[in-house]
Amino acid sequence: MSQQYRTGSGGQIDRKKPIRFTFDGKSYSGYAGDTLASALLANGVHLLGRSFKYHRPRGIQTAGSEEPNAIVELREGARKEPNTRATCIELFDGLVANSQNRWPSLAFDVMAVNNLFSPLLSAGFYYKTFMWPVSFWTNVYEHVIRRAAGLGTASTAADPDFYEQCHEHCDVLIVGAGPTGLAAALAAAETGARVVLVDENPLAGGSLNSENHEVAGMPGDDWAAQVAAQLQSMENVHLLLRTTLFGYYDHNVVAAIEKVSDHLPVPPKGHPRQRMWTFYPRRVVIAAGATERPLVFGNNDKPGIMLASAARAYVNRYGVKPGRRAIVATNNNDAYRTALDLHRAGVTIAAVVDSRAHPEAPLAAELAKHSIRLITGRTIGAAEGRQHVTRALIVSTQGETIDPERIDCDLIACSGGWNPNVHLHSQSGAKPVYDDAILSFVPGQSRQAEVSAGAAGGSFALRECLKQGRAAGIDAARQAGFKADKASPVIKAHDDGAYAIEALWISPTPYNKPYKQFVDQQNDVKASDVALASQEGYDSVELLKRYTTQGMATDQGKTSNVNALAILACQRGEPVPQVGITTFRPPYVPVAMGVFAGHTVGAEFMPVRRTAIHDWNAKQGAVFIEAGLWLRARYYPQKPGDTMNDCYLREAEATRNNVALVDVSTLGKIDLQGPDAAEFLNRLYINNWLKLPIGKARYGIMLREDGMVFDDGTTSRLGENHYFMTTTTANAAPVLAHMERYHQVEWPELDVVLCSVTEQWTGIAVAGPNSRILLEKVIDIDISNEAFPFMAVGDCQMNNIPGRLFRISFSGELAYELNVPADYGEQAWTELLEAGKELGVAVYGTEALGTMRIEKGHVAGSELDGRTTAQDLGLEGMANREKHFIGKQNSLLPALLDEGRLQVVGLKSLEPGRNLRIGAHLVDPNVQIGSVSPSQGHVTTTTYSPQLGYGIALGLLRDGRSRYGEQIEAVFPLDDEKLRVEICHPVFIDPEGELVRG
Amino acid sequence: MLRIECPWCGVRNEDEFSYGGDATVERPADDASQDDWYDYVYTRANPAGRHREYWHHINGCRAWLTVERDTMTHEIFSTEPTSASLPQPQRKTGSL
Ligand SMILES: [Zn+2]
Repeated sequence: MSQQYRTGSGGQIDRKKPIRFTFDGKSYSGYAGDTLASALLANGVHLLGRSFKYHRPRGIQTAGSEEPNAIVELREGARKEPNTRATCIELFDGLVANSQNRWPSLAFDVMAVNNLFSPLLSAGFYYKTFMWPVSFWTNVYEHVIRRAAGLGTASTAADPDFYEQCHEHCDVLIVGAGPTGLAAALAAAETGARVVLVDENPLAGGSLNSENHEVAGMPGDDWAAQVAAQLQSMENVHLLLRTTLFGYYDHNVVAAIEKVSDHLPVPPKGHPRQRMWTFYPRRVVIAAGATERPLVFGNNDKPGIMLASAARAYVNRYGVKPGRRAIVATNNNDAYRTALDLHRAGVTIAAVVDSRAHPEAPLAAELAKHSIRLITGRTIGAAEGRQHVTRALIVSTQGETIDPERIDCDLIACSGGWNPNVHLHSQSGAKPVYDDAILSFVPGQSRQAEVSAGAAGGSFALRECLKQGRAAGIDAARQAGFKADKASPVIKAHDDGAYAIEALWISPTPYNKPYKQFVDQQNDVKASDVALASQEGYDSVELLKRYTTQGMATDQGKTSNVNALAILACQRGEPVPQVGITTFRPPYVPVAMGVFAGHTVGAEFMPVRRTAIHDWNAKQGAVFIEAGLWLRARYYPQKPGDTMNDCYLREAEATRNNVALVDVSTLGKIDLQGPDAAEFLNRLYINNWLKLPIGKARYGIMLREDGMVFDDGTTSRLGENHYFMTTTTANAAPVLAHMERYHQVEWPELDVVLCSVTEQWTGIAVAGPNSRILLEKVIDIDISNEAFPFMAVGDCQMNNIPGRLFRISFSGELAYELNVPADYGEQAWTELLEAGKELGVAVYGTEALGTMRIEKGHVAGSELDGRTTAQDLGLEGMANREKHFIGKQNSLLPALLDEGRLQVVGLKSLEPGRNLRIGAHLVDPNVQIGSVSPSQGHVTTTTYSPQLGYGIALGLLRDGRSRYGEQIEAVFPLDDEKLRVEICHPVFIDPEGELVRG
Repeated sequence: MLRIECPWCGVRNEDEFSYGGDATVERPADDASQDDWYDYVYTRANPAGRHREYWHHINGCRAWLTVERDTMTHEIFSTEPTSASLPQPQRKTGSL
């Protein structure tokens, strides 16, 4: 029979819209408006999963986002999502869910033997049981625990959906659209304030949807729907349902997640799966309600045992009887409503068990009116049943019970009291305080622009919630600068009675037997674990949490935190406030990583920077490489099957023997102007800049204040007060920030302005022995060696394109660098190629560029790793110690001058046909510590030199400069590689630099 | 998320800025001792409470700013240009 636990009528479900779904492969039906949990309960399914450590059968404990037990794998394939709460999953047609953490099946779970070995898995089991031997960790324990304890599995396929992020400013943000939040929103909105109201449910109304309350003369849920519609029609109100505020951050910034399409089989075209909201409210009203806590008794985790409020929600909101014969157990007034509502729906109430000796007379009278049995001064000591509760054992709250009464039941609805949801208040930096009247924590002094109202503030009565909500709404709008002269009247509601509670933190167990009394059901933490942690000295709140893992699962201990604290307090013989409360941290609910990433995934992960020559490169079939955000041409295949090696060898050879072009637009370019520009450069670089003539370039090195090399590059003097700096591609942005700091913070007296012009200029290096012949065809200035020697700089025209020509070389060949405005970049490039056709001009990419720089021993990013000094790099001769420069004093710290520092060296492969490997360590095979030869340095960059015919590299080696000619071994243990190499000077070709000056 | 009021641009999110360290440390004179220079780079107080620090509006107007912030609560008391000798902003009041 289908949905045999459905009530005859009522509930906010649409009985005309049946929905098919499957759980663990079995097909069921529910109705529109159901959650997965309510639909399963309607079909009599209570067993939803196995617990984390002991693999005990678990059912549904709550009807909301605080659910610790009923977590399932939702959907299949790429959209499969583990650890979703069945109590929050809105039913849709074709929904597929599976239980998790069971093997081989839910009903018969082999790992339930963990239940028998539970002493091994008690508090601190991570730390104690598996201490020794170390090798067992990787070989045995890890393996077994992974299988034995755990949660669901995620899909390994790429997420097919997209996520987005939005920002919104508002005057008043209201968290929760229950009676308090709706009243607050109405009152605030009527002042004209911009109001945002968020609620995690698909319907506004909060508890009104689960109770039989009357508001403003109509059923509470109808009133809520009416108010929500009214708010939605107001231009200054933004009502967001299915939206959970999960984080309260500094400066009153809050974040929420909107489940845009989670209630649908797949997101509609063009819609995201989820959306992250960042709100910037002037004031926040926290109307987040309260969470009921369970009672802690033996076997309190059995399916069929749920919170009293959850039973009420299932019967009232979803039209589902969560059982046929119920026991309601409580220590407070609130659960009496559960007995009455269940009774009205036709559920037999076997008894209401109130731990208080003298509950208030009207409560007892109401039960008597319906002939419901009331047991006082007693509570449930333990539950019995295998996969479902079948019986409760009733014990006295005072001392030992010799002969507990046994009452048959298939449902225990229990209430241990209510905890105001102080999570956001705590996240905002405030400290909740303990309130003896409600035996729970309530918001303390606000630290940010927030206030809690209604149940979230510790006031549970409906009338009080409506009143406080309205007041908080008006107050927030006023503080945001709005006048509340025509504020809405107080909303009338029926009296749902005052809340009263007496402490019952843990039940006595029948016969003093060691029943498992669960505190944190998701992490399988028992009352005895709390006691054990306390005995072993882990008796502060924060230590307890980490030692037992209480409160650390996906539910963040929403139903368990206060019980755990109170049990710890009992252990320590102290009042609860003495024990304190843990700090709540975001997120309030689990948030998918995808929504934090938003659109920044795949191709949109980072912006892409392309040079002006990019399109030409792409048309040529160039293979690109990422250099920071830039895409640079790495090499240019000429025919099918060309490998990278074929290409870069050909390109380097063309450069060394003829002439070739390379796109160097990605180098950082900074324009400096002003009468103090030279002085500024002089302080920035280690070498001298005051005497650089107009029309000349100079190579410079800059240090950080700690004496390490920061960056290198050439800077040219273009005019009296005009300089042009180039930086490495990687450091373009950091160098500019560095310069701006010194300009603005340290030396504001220097009259200089700086501007990044990286994007404004296209850079083309023309390199090779025939580079002058090529350029002479198209450049309007005299570039003979006499007129335009090495390091000369000048304005020029190339055909009709204005440009600047620099005689600088990175390849070590005769070379020029032509800069043209970026808009002319591709034109200049193609005109140069056209002019060089008869010479056989080639193009080369970063791979050939890298090869030639290694052959020339130019240091670059892999050597300027932030740990090398000018001395380490062999560049200390450039420093002018007569003047001041950044890093001057600290570059002389003893540790930076010590013997034994790593110094740049060249390395030659001594084994024909074998190249060195980046990251390989340089070791002396004859020196060993144990079985290991200690590293003396490492290989920073490698290539095969077409010029020399063998593999070469640069490396950083201990005292390397005094070891030229020595042989050493380059080892790469990951691949078990070893290579004999010879240490040499880092400049492999043309050490005197005759070519560049020729 | 800190909200920092740039004197030129108004209140902006922290992710437009980059942190620039302790603004109470003074850069030693060129001829100061090596100990002074060592302290300048390596020795820092770690005050709990009000603290002056540099922030660079790196994804904004590129100004270096001096921000007074409480390191315990993140409350920001003031945001100023680092130097009076550079052009000064015309500050609008009451911006959010
Ligand atoms: Zn700014």
